[in-house]
Amino acid sequence: MKFPYSEKVLEHFRHPRNVGKIENADGKATEGSPACGDMVSVYIKVDPETMTISDAKFESYGCASNIATGSIITELAKGRTLDEAKKITWKEASEALGGLPKIKAHCSVLAVEGLRSAIQNYEERHGLIKEKEPTTLAVVRRRLKKVMNPLAGLDVMRTNLVRDIQIGDGVIRVEVDLPVSHQFAPAIKEEITEKLETLWDIREVIVEFAE
Amino acid sequence: MLGRRVYLDNAAATRLDERVLEAMKPYFFQNYAVATSEFAYSEGIEAREALDKVRNDLSNAFGASPEEFIFSSGSAESSNIAIKGVALALGKKKGTHIIISKIEDFPVLHCARALEKQGFQVTYLNVDGDGFVDIDQLRDSITDNTILVSIHHANQEIGTVQDIESIGRICQEKGVLFHTDATHSFPRVPLNVRETSVDLITVAAHTIHGPKGIGGLYVRKGTPIVKWMDGGFQEFDLRAGLENIPGAVGFAKAVELITPEETRRLQTMRDRIIDLMLAHIPHTTLNGHRWKRLPQNANITFHFVEGESITLHLDMHGFAVSTGSACFSRSLESSHVIMGIGGDHERAHGSIRFTFGRYNIIEEVDEIVVTLGEIVKDLRKISPLGKETDKKESER
Repeated sequence: MKFPYSEKVLEHFRHPRNVGKIENADGKATEGSPACGDMVSVYIKVDPETMTISDAKFESYGCASNIATGSIITELAKGRTLDEAKKITWKEASEALGGLPKIKAHCSVLAVEGLRSAIQNYEERHGLIKEKEPTTLAVVRRRLKKVMNPLAGLDVMRTNLVRDIQIGDGVIRVEVDLPVSHQFAPAIKEEITEKLETLWDIREVIVEFAE
Repeated sequence: MLGRRVYLDNAAATRLDERVLEAMKPYFFQNYAVATSEFAYSEGIEAREALDKVRNDLSNAFGASPEEFIFSSGSAESSNIAIKGVALALGKKKGTHIIISKIEDFPVLHCARALEKQGFQVTYLNVDGDGFVDIDQLRDSITDNTILVSIHHANQEIGTVQDIESIGRICQEKGVLFHTDATHSFPRVPLNVRETSVDLITVAAHTIHGPKGIGGLYVRKGTPIVKWMDGGFQEFDLRAGLENIPGAVGFAKAVELITPEETRRLQTMRDRIIDLMLAHIPHTTLNGHRWKRLPQNANITFHFVEGESITLHLDMHGFAVSTGSACFSRSLESSHVIMGIGGDHERAHGSIRFTFGRYNIIEEVDEIVVTLGEIVKDLRKISPLGKETDKKESER
């Protein structure tokens, strides 16, 4: 039989490692969203003494390359320090899998970003962000690029769904160009809040919809 | 894993029937002349006679006369000849507006988009939750500038069969040409041009155990159409190119071999797979109408899991199927058909199409239901969606 994937990818696809949730995870993140395609959640346990990842798990709502990357990335992360684990790239994950088809980069990069975001989530929750750069428009924009617009399958920034962003006094106000009654409005609001509320100098995130 | 392969993607391509190959063989080895040579030597006359005979057989299948049926290289070319041919004939004389449904297959959809770039206006009709074209919107969309309506007979993905009698009647009343892509319905779902007002019909052999690379187009007598495939004067001067006589003979043989009994057998398999999947696998949705659908097509969404993962697991277990997931397509776009019937990316993401053919047996339905049930269960275990709360949600 012939398959469009390497033996290694197929092996991880058929028998994914580290599947599931970690209850009381020290860090967790979800990349992608069910409304627009693949989605992956990453959970980590951190040993605070050594700052190493003692356990990592993932859940995937995605294709073979998404599942295989979630499996390999959690394998690669375990036992590494947070700083080392942060540096794991898509290329490294892909090489560990014996190569992924280029067209699948988009589905598999989610798991890599998921790990990075889970580490960031841990650092933010534990006040470990070393360079405490104040939250700027650029920072907010960068984060909103990870919020998907389910209508287009692309992020809310690229599809001009975000009409305005205001930052002041520890409050971020995001104006979304959708009626509040829209079927995707609650999901988008939740995702935007989740992405921004962990910023160290932010105490409130307000998402407003068009009239 | 099964010892053999179970092929359930007959909408994409079908296994050639040996009887079709036998019918074609003489035109590869004994008489390989083309009809164009009829005035040069006797082999050319024989080729002409063979072509005339199968043209007659195929046109009969629609209740048309032989001069109204031309051969092409397949359904993509047939739809291009029809749509671009009418646009060339009427674009300057009558109007520049074309109407199609938003769930057409790519030949029609992309012909319309190509014409749009050249200054034509296209209305993409909405469809309802089952995939039926909005008849009122069709009636309201036709203006003095409209030259052509192109709406498929049955959908390539979800199998819904359109009410083309009503569509044809509206087009006739308004004096607008009507083309239908019948690639997936012909000849299992009857269509007769004496009963239905339709001017152009796209058909092909690859979906009915005939060879690839041969299709046809019914062109009602008097339909304004300009030839754009230039060269010789073949096919009543509508399409240049040497006649594919073995292909045409194979196409006619393939049509001859389709029987109502066989079609009923496929329908039994279709009904069984739909009933079993929906009854035995939780969180499933049927895409397309339950009854007004192609006898050989079933399309089901398995929620909380992704289609390419399903197809790959099925492949490893010996089953070949297709999915509307974005991950499966080269363009990374979700199925425009599932999106068109009001589904979201999630519904397209987990959609699987099963299409039956002559070589499937009913036992295969039971086998795939069992295998797929296990696969979906395993994939749901690793999915962040579909945990208890979501499941209760969708059961409501």
